Amino acid sequence: MSDITSQTLTELVKNIKEKKISSEETTKAFIERGKKSKVLNSYITEDFSNALEKAKNFDKNPNFDLKLPGIPIAVKDLFCTNGVKTTAGSKILSNFIPPYESTVTQNIWNEGGILLGKLNCDEFAMGSSNETSFFGNVQSPIDKDLVPGGSSGGSASALAANLTPITIGTDTGGSIRQPASFTGTVGLKPTYGSCSRYGIVAFASSLDQAGPMSKNVKDCALLQEIISSYDEKDSTSIEFKRNEYTKDLTKKIKGKKIGIPKEYRVDGMPKEIEDLWTKGIEYAKDCGAEIVEISLPYTNYALPTYYIVAPAEASSNLARYDGVKYGFRSKGENLIDMYEKTRSEGFGSEVQRRIMIGTYVLSSGYYDAYYLKAQKVRKLIKNDFDDAYKKVDAILTPSTPSAAFKIGEKTNDPVSMYLNDIFTVPVNLAGLPAISIPSGVDARGYPLGLQIIGKAFDEQNILNIAYAMEEKIEFKNKITDWWIK
Amino acid sequence: MTIDLKTIKHISKLSRISVDDEKAKKLAGDLNSIFEFIEKLNKLDTNKVEPLTSIAETTLKFRTDEVKSKNIRNQILKNSPEENEDFFVVPKVVE
Repeated sequence: MSDITSQTLTELVKNIKEKKISSEETTKAFIERGKKSKVLNSYITEDFSNALEKAKNFDKNPNFDLKLPGIPIAVKDLFCTNGVKTTAGSKILSNFIPPYESTVTQNIWNEGGILLGKLNCDEFAMGSSNETSFFGNVQSPIDKDLVPGGSSGGSASALAANLTPITIGTDTGGSIRQPASFTGTVGLKPTYGSCSRYGIVAFASSLDQAGPMSKNVKDCALLQEIISSYDEKDSTSIEFKRNEYTKDLTKKIKGKKIGIPKEYRVDGMPKEIEDLWTKGIEYAKDCGAEIVEISLPYTNYALPTYYIVAPAEASSNLARYDGVKYGFRSKGENLIDMYEKTRSEGFGSEVQRRIMIGTYVLSSGYYDAYYLKAQKVRKLIKNDFDDAYKKVDAILTPSTPSAAFKIGEKTNDPVSMYLNDIFTVPVNLAGLPAISIPSGVDARGYPLGLQIIGKAFDEQNILNIAYAMEEKIEFKNKITDWWIK
Repeated sequence: MTIDLKTIKHISKLSRISVDDEKAKKLAGDLNSIFEFIEKLNKLDTNKVEPLTSIAETTLKFRTDEVKSKNIRNQILKNSPEENEDFFVVPKVVE
């Protein structure tokens, strides 16, 4: 049996059910590795002693019918955890202890999962490199001084570094798929409305979705079937027949029509991304899929649309942080002064920038020119996908326009940072599911991902395509443990 | 269109974020480069397009209005930035 922390979730579940290893041994192994990996800065809050206690309790009275029997799991610090500090990577929530649990995490604990701790992320999930966190940037285990991507950067780093067997992130414009792509892991952004947003610190409510991040497609399918649920506490949660994704998982995708959108061949796309995409098309053909050229004409307008819609919603969602009922407070001469100082000192610069953009596009005189305009273009982008799905079952694109970059490389140019999400943002605007799977490496050996976009509620289909392609791709993540002395 | 310092000060007031002159200058630069990028949308004629206001095309459900979280008053007050047993405390607002 291989070392505990390098096992996949599926292997761990099997070994625990067959009593080859205990929950306590498993939990201890991940805790020990976590302690040796502090330099990655993946964790904001460790909950190790509680985790160990829970693992011991599980072993005393095990229930092997559960889908995650005593499996320790660390989660992004955007999910509220009852009694455990939840910061969203922000100073303004640096002392916040939620009195309630998010539905998605509750679903995990109900199946026997055990909380290991809370993982670093960009502040309020606003960022593509995990450099906007109040708790410092995160190191990618792929190479020293490399960003893990963002905003679920701590999740991607912890997963790729074997600090947690599986994890969850949130994806508003690519925050699961981009870091998965950067770290050689699998990340799924589910259909809008499939995973409850209850108890997730809100960024942009019409775009936010929670989703699984894993070492392989099967693990991803398992976690997705656990976290996806109808929830009356989220008014945008949607009732639909949710599959048991692992049960129906198949590599038989013969005859599936996969669309290749010509507009994703963007100017200045690096050759290694082109090559990756071409290779991906070959893999899909090898699996028996039929390749169809398609057009998504409004693709180019997705990013500008996103940078109106997301900040507008954020400026409204983040209005609640005023220093009155919870979180950081700065002293002020009067109430207004207190609000203004609290928000100026409590939010980092990227968050302030986005609140300002959002406030501006919603302000009197500019609403029609920006916000209404963006909502109309968003409709055109959604129509693009609706038209495409009359001809195809799924769409294949690169996940990102480049591999991971160095820490500090893009922090001074917000627009160049935003361009990271060029292939992922349209999916959020249209509310669709999409998965990123590791598919190759660039010249420096850094991982690259391919994205498979599905029809709404058709997670099963993209999981199947990913499962079939994964076998052909045979990607192996090379992690050298450079950070462990 | 350019966003000047006066506009930045106005947005900062609406956002309830205090901004000094140095920060305002930096923000003006950033916002101008971001809006230059956003202005691309103006090339599109959207007169006949209906805005997308909700991605989940469902109607809101009715539910009974009942309290479900009980006895968490102390937990909630514990997160209060200034300690007080029974209330949230803010600077004096009425003379």
